[in-house]
Amino acid sequence: MSEYIVEVENLTYSYPRKSNVLVDVSFKVRKGEVLGIIGPNGAGKSTLCKALNGLVPHFYGGRFSGRVVVAGMNTLEHTVAELATKVGLVFQDPEEQLSGFSLTVYEEVAFGLSMLGFPPEEIDARVREAIEKVGLKGLENRSPFELSGGQTQRLAIATVLAIKPEVLVLDEPTAQLDPIGKFEVFSVIKKLADEGSTIIVVEHEIEELATFADNILMLNEGRIVAQGPARNVLSMVEELKKYGVNPPSVTELTYLINKELGAKLDVPITLEEAIKIYSEALGVM
Amino acid sequence: MPVPIIKVEDVWFAYNEKVVALKGVNMTVYPGELIALIGQNGGGKTTLAKHLNGLLKPKKGRVLVKGMDTRTTPTHEIVKVVGYVFQNPSHQLFASTVYEEVAYGPRNLGYEGEELERRVKWALSMVGLEGLENENPYDLDYGKMKLLTVASVISMDPEVFVLDEPTTGQDHRGRKILADLCLKLNEEGKTVIVITHDMRFVAEVAKRTILIADGRILMDGSTRDVLTAIDVLRKAAIKPPQIASLSMALRERGVDVNAITINEALEEFRKLFSTSKGTS
Repeated sequence: MSEYIVEVENLTYSYPRKSNVLVDVSFKVRKGEVLGIIGPNGAGKSTLCKALNGLVPHFYGGRFSGRVVVAGMNTLEHTVAELATKVGLVFQDPEEQLSGFSLTVYEEVAFGLSMLGFPPEEIDARVREAIEKVGLKGLENRSPFELSGGQTQRLAIATVLAIKPEVLVLDEPTAQLDPIGKFEVFSVIKKLADEGSTIIVVEHEIEELATFADNILMLNEGRIVAQGPARNVLSMVEELKKYGVNPPSVTELTYLINKELGAKLDVPITLEEAIKIYSEALGVM
Repeated sequence: MPVPIIKVEDVWFAYNEKVVALKGVNMTVYPGELIALIGQNGGGKTTLAKHLNGLLKPKKGRVLVKGMDTRTTPTHEIVKVVGYVFQNPSHQLFASTVYEEVAYGPRNLGYEGEELERRVKWALSMVGLEGLENENPYDLDYGKMKLLTVASVISMDPEVFVLDEPTTGQDHRGRKILADLCLKLNEEGKTVIVITHDMRFVAEVAKRTILIADGRILMDGSTRDVLTAIDVLRKAAIKPPQIASLSMALRERGVDVNAITINEALEEFRKLFSTSKGTS
């Protein structure tokens, strides 16, 4: 078994009607790592997510070259159903994730497990654990249609967690949510990250991503244009801006201060770091 | 004092017996303002916005648009003054070409021939979609679709634009284009009211900000005052933009900085660092 739980090598992919959506993409993810994927819309981020659980190419067809190996399984050699037990994919719009006919939160989380043929006691234990993890305890009997945006997305995450995948892939999980919903979902992701889950998350909320991502990969027009530790990638202010991605505001500000005022401040990527760096620089610790 | 273009007077609205969405809202909008409406979903932002062009009528209280009471004035008179851009483009787009989409509104208002042509051309140039007249709206990417929904309102040339969450689902480039568009419409003399969850967008674009929660206006003031009212924001579970948070943390330590945008912060630190020894 490799020390990497995800290995993508020279992945190039074209949909039947759209070519070169991914071009020569290579990266690896270690167990327990949190990888953030950033880049403008249309860069291939969602397609990459779908390549990780085999929807690309099994469901979409198209031309696929290179190799995607997840938890030791080459995606070309396994069905989407087999891969689903290893890779849990959470969509941007939670409505797409949910079955739409479960009467309660509990049933919704149990649904996937019963489809996979787990025994009832195992289902019950997993459902309770998943609901607890996303902070929906107490809402087991609520209808999925009576949940707020953030609760609905957390339910979608629970349905995936119940399968106990080795890798959790989230495709812009907060894009459609209000500030409370974003906060709730980020809190769950951070908790899962702290507990050692392997997480790949596509996000435009770079300031949030900066607080928990280990590594970041930036895509543009299907190609990786930057990858490495979060701090290194987010500090590449001009690169990011060139591809239409805003670095955290405090990172951009500090970059400008260093450049225009000739200062030599350390470059923060989070608010907490910035407060410390500026307090020191201004002598107000 | 200029004459208000919109007056919302003690407006109450309920979707049903259980859900009271607005609980006595008062708001006055003057021509040429650029206002952000912020607050959590379910707090009443969209309900209030839909009152501004007569899509919804108050159960109690009244809304005056250029002096016209929305309850007694035909909606087609109100929508000439207040244009509404929906959050979801697919709720708004229906024509088979970009041109027809943008021509629909002014044609409905009775414009034809050269004037119709002129309006469509102008609207498309405002949003940067010239050259795409013959495309199918649904072949456009999400960002361009959103711009098209704005263009189809611009072509009716209303005095007030209400934009419902234009930044949701947009990447940073899309947010920048929409920010520039709001500013451009405002420079052309339009009144712009924009609903958004993006506090950086609010800080960089809006001059005035109104915070709504639980059917009531929690705060209404200059964007700087609202985005630095830490207790009120906390109560509404809204994070200020990162630069405002940095400024507030430094103010607590006795540094005189009040910036809410990167550009403001750069200028304030330029002064501070020229007098501080910390960076020499």
